[in-house]
Amino acid sequence: MAGSVNDRISPPRWLLAELTYSCPLQCPYCANPIDFARIKSELNTEDWLRVLSEARAMGAVQLGFSGGEPLVRPDLTELVKHARQLGYFSNLITSGYGMTEAKIVELKEAGLDHIQVSIQSPEKTLNDELAGTESYDHKKEVARLVKKNGYPMVLCVVIHRKNIHQMHDILAMASDLGADYLELANTQYYGWAHLNRDQLLPTKEQFVEAESIAQAYKEKVKGKMKIYYVVPDFYEDRPKACMNGWGTTFLTIAPDGTALPCHSARELPGLDCPNVKDMSVHDIWHHSAAFNHFRGFEWMKEPCRSCPEKTKDFGGCHCQAYLLTGDMHNTDPACSLSPDRQRVYDAIFQARHDAESANAKPLIFRNPKNSKALT
Amino acid sequence: MTLDTTKTLNFSPFLRLQWEEAQQKHVILYPEGIVELNVPSTEILKLCDGAHNAEDILVELEEKFKQPGLKNDIYGFLEVAIENGWVS
Repeated sequence: MAGSVNDRISPPRWLLAELTYSCPLQCPYCANPIDFARIKSELNTEDWLRVLSEARAMGAVQLGFSGGEPLVRPDLTELVKHARQLGYFSNLITSGYGMTEAKIVELKEAGLDHIQVSIQSPEKTLNDELAGTESYDHKKEVARLVKKNGYPMVLCVVIHRKNIHQMHDILAMASDLGADYLELANTQYYGWAHLNRDQLLPTKEQFVEAESIAQAYKEKVKGKMKIYYVVPDFYEDRPKACMNGWGTTFLTIAPDGTALPCHSARELPGLDCPNVKDMSVHDIWHHSAAFNHFRGFEWMKEPCRSCPEKTKDFGGCHCQAYLLTGDMHNTDPACSLSPDRQRVYDAIFQARHDAESANAKPLIFRNPKNSKALT
Repeated sequence: MTLDTTKTLNFSPFLRLQWEEAQQKHVILYPEGIVELNVPSTEILKLCDGAHNAEDILVELEEKFKQPGLKNDIYGFLEVAIENGWVS
């Protein structure tokens, strides 16, 4: 093969800055690692300013401030200001909890481009139950204030078995709030969602129905509201091209400075992800073992290695391969060609069993107490 | 869609059009997305500034590039830009 993998490394385009694992909410599908409560250290302001500068110099331009709940960080406005000066297009990914109009205005003046507010359900009782906190009315108010203050209104609803039957109401809520963008994110089963999968994974019939409602609505609101539909890969034949290919586009920095090729990669054993306190973002991206691990096709096993579609999906999601088969180098079982495909069928069967059971298991909420008890 | 060539055009205040050094290209940035632009598209969008309509843009760019017959290209691109919500 001509040239090494290193010669062909594209620069990062997207930076996800997970500012903190602190969160007033307890969503049982949270993408944070199960052991988040044991990871106490957080990068200081100076570290974050440097990370933003270094990633921008490499070409990163889309920036997400996430968490946990990023509003918890007292230096958020300072980071936003720096990001704007550097030329990032920045997005605050928030539960809305603790947001005030004064803060919305302050962040706008600092140069924040948009705010993505998540709502758990269009129904107050279910929203508050899933969030583990009474937050519904405040979230809707925040959504209105975001719109009022001249930001594009980006609404995110995570979809799972507890709310998938509410698709009509979800769409009506988005329209009522004047959403410019609606992200319908079918739960991806990592972290806490993996833990609660039996209680969250919808049936195929539910998926099909919800998707057809969303697609029809998408046509109806074309030109007014953009709808992103994150596909549920358990019911697909082919895996998603996770992260657009490992180490090609996305860079996540966890609260303690660990650099991740995908926000779930912390779960992968032996990957030994580098930390921005020890290495520059440039060196992490180009030279760290973790970021090079799944670059190119050399790491692949069969059936991926000889598959003509490997350039399209890169073998799928390594976190899913690990969680379902125990080996992150296996083909993602979301692919029907995977020899481990049965694991997906088993998961679907178990979830259906839970749904039909008279004494369904309770959800395990994402909070420090459960985190510590589980790890 | 038929383009109203006399209507003043504005680039969306929700989006940003900027030069990206790493890509050596202009891009449109919007929530969750990036669109890479070629030189002609960039020139057209820069003129969607609240002071020009499609006819003005055509005249200005044919003059600038010293090339007549750009009507189909420019109007075609503007239709795409309006449909995508980049311009209104």
